[in-house]
Amino acid sequence: MTREHIVRSFGEDLRRLGNLITQMGGVAEAQVDSAIEAVERRNTRLAEQVVQADARIDEYEREVDAEVVRLLALRQPMAQDLREILSALKIASDLERIGDYAANIAKRSMVLAQLPAVSPVVAIPRMGRLVQEILKEVIDAYVERDVTKAIVGWRRDEELDDLYTSLFREVLTYMMEDPRVITPCTHLLFMAKNLERIGDHATNIAETIHFLVVGKPLKGERPKGDVTSYELVTPDREPAPVDEAGRLPPSAGGAAG
Amino acid sequence: MVSKMIDATTTPWVQVTAPGGGTGRIKIRSSGVKVYYGDKQALKGINLDIAENSVTALIGPSGCGKSTYLRCLNRMNDTIDRCRVEGTISLDGEDIYGRTIDTVQLRARVGMVFQKPNPFPKSIFDNVAYGPRIHGLARRIEDLEEIVQRSLERAGLWSEVKSRLLDPGTGLSGGQQQRLCIARAIAVNPEVILMDEPCSALDPIATAHIEELIDELRANYTIVIVTHNMQQAARVSQKTAFFHLGDLVEFNDTAEIFTNPRDDKTQGYITGRYG
Repeated sequence: MTREHIVRSFGEDLRRLGNLITQMGGVAEAQVDSAIEAVERRNTRLAEQVVQADARIDEYEREVDAEVVRLLALRQPMAQDLREILSALKIASDLERIGDYAANIAKRSMVLAQLPAVSPVVAIPRMGRLVQEILKEVIDAYVERDVTKAIVGWRRDEELDDLYTSLFREVLTYMMEDPRVITPCTHLLFMAKNLERIGDHATNIAETIHFLVVGKPLKGERPKGDVTSYELVTPDREPAPVDEAGRLPPSAGGAAG
Repeated sequence: MVSKMIDATTTPWVQVTAPGGGTGRIKIRSSGVKVYYGDKQALKGINLDIAENSVTALIGPSGCGKSTYLRCLNRMNDTIDRCRVEGTISLDGEDIYGRTIDTVQLRARVGMVFQKPNPFPKSIFDNVAYGPRIHGLARRIEDLEEIVQRSLERAGLWSEVKSRLLDPGTGLSGGQQQRLCIARAIAVNPEVILMDEPCSALDPIATAHIEELIDELRANYTIVIVTHNMQQAARVSQKTAFFHLGDLVEFNDTAEIFTNPRDDKTQGYITGRYG
């Protein structure tokens, strides 16, 4: 992007599109921050604001979509320009999902705030901080077109998956001990799952940045830490061990998944 | 460290065959091709292999040497005074600048279609029959008629002109005239067809007809096309070569050139940043 387009308005269009994504990313980050704070502080007013502000992110996505269609039709972009435009479309869609998850966390936090606090809730801010860091990393990577930074964020998703897995086990055990906490704990699990999904969308964005800058997809196995799909916890048994690929050993039985 | 990190997660670049692209055989090999017009050097040593039964597009700004290179392939540059060609170009392994080469025969094997349709001031029939006649390809009039019909069919023009073969070729529309010129070129059974901006004088519909024709022709011919229209190069070719100031800057699969060019100059040119 060092040289300018001969047709300057094309360059301006692309810059405007990039700015839209950056702004949208900022709003998505703020939504995630507020949603986590709403959980942590049992702040229902803040949660309500998050739910309402989700419409802003949707509005950004519509704007990006319209701009992308317009640029594709009018400019017939090639090479880097084409990748720039496709990337904007994909990142906007990821950010929109991230916004949805943040809003969902906020909604559930309102329910949690009406119930007695349960101790595993402390894991949400812990996961939340990691999500915030990853999200910030990839959005900065987009702004700076920094592939290395994007890959760092991409790799950190594994830590998030690990946190999610341990929270999942902890919450299941907690519910077994006291069925009265099933309601708040179920909401907790969904919140944690939402955070885990936000991390996945952040890694999508990192992959898109790689494609945008390098021109090739980011391949290779991303370290996958979320093994909860295979998790089996029963009252009389410790969580079944799973191997690194997340598979249950044959002896652990078929009730999982 | 940075590059290692990226390498570790990036699949190694693999050469992919263009979809439906040719036999994989090299039809024309050029090595170290240099062209001088008097003292001025127009090509600075071009190494380029053109695959059989595929469309190779030559792109680049005006004066980059792409047309000069195209004209080397059937020795059209021989007709220009003070033009000197160095290096070797071989067609099916045979040096086309060798002493034993008959340029008239060469140009029958390597036909050419120009920017402006240039039908002879003759009937449609005679335009197409001209080449087969002078090359003695048809003994009987029936043979000649068959060649004319087949050539016009291949050029996608037959149904439009079959009822008026004796009308003058110059009376056709621009797009039809260009297809007539293509029919004329293929009437002598060439192996390679060179096209120098074949659509630049045509409207979008006539252009679409020619592009469709190019796509059909590559089943039987090797096509090299010079075009200023990048979208056209992207649409019709399997391989694209980018020329700049007499150098071949980049040559690769067309899809690769237009999505992820390796060279900054190519990138600048195809995205309209070339200054």
